[in-house]
Amino acid sequence: MPDLDQFRSETRAWLAANCPPEMRLPMQNDEDTYWGGRNAVFTSEPQRVWFERMRDKGWTVPDWPKEYGGGGLDGAEVKVLREEMAAIGARSPLSSFGIWMLGPALLKYGTEEQKQEYLPKIARGEIRWCQGYSEPNAGSDLASLQTRAISDGDDFLITGSKIWTSYANYADWIFCLVRTDSSAKKHDGISFILFDMTSPGVSTKPILLISGKSPFCETFFDGVRVPKSHVVGTVNRGWDVAKYLLQHERAMISGMGERGAARPLGQIAADSIGSDEQGRLEDPILRGQIASFEIDEAALACAAERAVDLAKAGQGHPAFSSAMKYYGTELNKRRHEILMSAGGIDALEWDSERSKQGARPRAWLRTKANSIEGGTSEVMLGIVAKRILDLPGA
Amino acid sequence: MALVLNEEQTMLRESARGFIGDNAPVAHLRKLRDDNDATGFSRALWKNFAEMGFSGLLVPDEFGGSGLGCVEAGVVMEEIGRNLMPSPFLATAVLAASALTRGGSAAQKSEHLPKIADGSLLAALAIDEGAKHRPLQTAMQAVRSGNGFKLSGAKAFVVDGHVADLLIVAARSAGQPGDDAGLTLFLVDPKTKGIALERTAMVDSHNAARIEFDNVEVDADSVLGELDQGGALLEGILNVGRGAVASEMVGVSEEVFGRTVTYLKERKQFGKLIGEFQALQHRAAHLYTEIEITRAAVLKALQTLDADFDHAAAAVAVAKARAGTTATLAVQEGVQMHGGMGMTDQFDIGFFMKRARVCQELFGDSNFHADQLARLKNY
Ligand SMILES: Cc1cc2nc3c(=O)[nH]c(=O)nc-3n(C[C@H](O)[C@H](O)[C@H](O)COP(=O)(O)OP(=O)(O)OC[C@H]3O[C@@H](n4cnc5c(N)ncnc54)[C@H](O)[C@@H]3O)c2cc1C
Repeated sequence: MPDLDQFRSETRAWLAANCPPEMRLPMQNDEDTYWGGRNAVFTSEPQRVWFERMRDKGWTVPDWPKEYGGGGLDGAEVKVLREEMAAIGARSPLSSFGIWMLGPALLKYGTEEQKQEYLPKIARGEIRWCQGYSEPNAGSDLASLQTRAISDGDDFLITGSKIWTSYANYADWIFCLVRTDSSAKKHDGISFILFDMTSPGVSTKPILLISGKSPFCETFFDGVRVPKSHVVGTVNRGWDVAKYLLQHERAMISGMGERGAARPLGQIAADSIGSDEQGRLEDPILRGQIASFEIDEAALACAAERAVDLAKAGQGHPAFSSAMKYYGTELNKRRHEILMSAGGIDALEWDSERSKQGARPRAWLRTKANSIEGGTSEVMLGIVAKRILDLPGA
Repeated sequence: MALVLNEEQTMLRESARGFIGDNAPVAHLRKLRDDNDATGFSRALWKNFAEMGFSGLLVPDEFGGSGLGCVEAGVVMEEIGRNLMPSPFLATAVLAASALTRGGSAAQKSEHLPKIADGSLLAALAIDEGAKHRPLQTAMQAVRSGNGFKLSGAKAFVVDGHVADLLIVAARSAGQPGDDAGLTLFLVDPKTKGIALERTAMVDSHNAARIEFDNVEVDADSVLGELDQGGALLEGILNVGRGAVASEMVGVSEEVFGRTVTYLKERKQFGKLIGEFQALQHRAAHLYTEIEITRAAVLKALQTLDADFDHAAAAVAVAKARAGTTATLAVQEGVQMHGGMGMTDQFDIGFFMKRARVCQELFGDSNFHADQLARLKNY
């Protein structure tokens, strides 16, 4: 315990000295997020400095082993680091599908060579990844995917198309699900493979979202040649890797609401709506909605903390991330409905300096995808019903 | 601190689960109800309970208890909730024990705490006066008289007040209803002249009392804690009670949920198990999620009470509010998914519904705690 106290005070001091003040302000829009990658540009000097300092400590991935570019911290230390970062409102230095999704899957299923090759680059923000899972006819029913990988000597030739591939047009590499055996049962002929998005035969086309942004794409593969050594896990057993990765994706998405939540919602609302003489938010019904929202949000944070502790104690359930994903995303949508309500007509402004290019309404619209991406709420409930509650029926 | 039970706490849970499950399953409550039992719980069982060490859980070692914390009290409360065991545990072993431990003088402690630990003294907390829990609205008067005070007023919903040997009474020694300051807690013998006590049987077949105080004379040394400054002490005790009741509601929720999921796997309609219907699967999965999240929030509140007592108010408000809404949902879904069966008295599920309703009101319902949280966060 005293060791942990010492770690806390050292961490606090280090963050105080190294996290630029600008990196402690809540994020306003997409440009405040740094994604890394070959073509990455920093939008500000503090963003660069903060990223580089964290990277050099291995703290972009504090829990990964040091030999793969991580910080080598144990669970308790990671918790302390997160708490201390939250206490000063420090932004995440690097957002990355590599960190949230692929990294954990490689740590579990990758060969030593693959780990050496990719993990440090992910930790250092050198490769930006995208996720090639969904296809036009394989969304919730992901295992019905049709993109084919045909064996050709030491390589696979990949042909097909993906949809909803977030940031495919910015990504350097893709982790992709392909069908390597079309005669096998649905789940048994899928492989998990990695390749460079600049490979001949890869093309992307952006799709515009209701938020007015286009963070995702249709992605086409026309005979893309990929060495077989790029398969993660066993050929035709990619579904295991895919599912494991999805657990991490879901856990990540469930925690999204926490980001940039520096002030209590009630105070944000009071700024625009006003308070009565007793300091209570002027709109009593909204006040009640906010308070019950904040109760649920605080409770969810406890559950997230407990999920980590349970996993450490060997008492976790692998499907629990589905429950958290379901609840966290529904809650995040509620948060943004409240923010819109609190903002009133000010929150409706779209393209203007004053509204930071409509940051609030765009963010509100974007949250509607939370309960769709990474598996819909309905699919999450189905997983909980079957895998945790063991209810009957396929 | 990890947000899971440690080994000792897990062992305590197993022993409480075994003991209560064997000796006081729901059938025990049903029998007491059907017999119209005036006490409403089994004194013999309480004696055994005390011998197991449960009544002295929160009593410090030097007074014969085991000096454990709120997490441990919560562990026992949860098992009480699973079995709906009627018991003086909350009023005596949790509320009175913490009140005396936190606020008692040396003399008060050595007089009462050992008896709480050995199960020979039953105590009750007399706070609420109106239909809803509003501790600051306490109007009962404590007027100085000679070397002591005269208490006048009325209390409602005094849990276990009908059997208590000792009452802990909140009264106003200064100020007006609604004021923060001016509250004082008194230790009062319920047999004192001027006290009129009426047992109130509640919807859940537990017992409480309505108590009237007509110029009841008490000594100066019956003051628990500081004169006029009892508000903070009371709030602390109430927070312990809220955490404990929240745990009880987790137990209620879990048990109802477990019974409901079992039923979904047994009952057939339209040639299928009803658990195959997605409409019910999704509702069950939602309820599961709510319960797990609430369980984490309640454990957090109990750990915070043990680790940082003076800063536990927000965590407790979150826990009690969540536990109330979750238990309400659990019992409603429980009855609904059992169909007509769920509405019959012969079936146990209705007992859980009734207990959840009482626990929801006890020490502030979900709305009360949402308001508390908003105040704490300054909006
Ligand atoms: C913003 C965003 C980013 C995304 N990023 C990526 C990405 O980077 N890479 C990637 O591969 N994919 C990505 N996705 C795709 C996402 O995973 C799919 O959209 C999602 O799995 C749902 O599939 P679908 O859109 O085909 O909907 P459908 O599967 O057609 O679902 C339509 C509706 O039917 C319901 N439904 C379907 N099956 C069932 C069932 N069994 N029981 C009950 N209801 C059911 C769904 O819940 C939904 O309400 C992204 C999606 C969004 C919105």
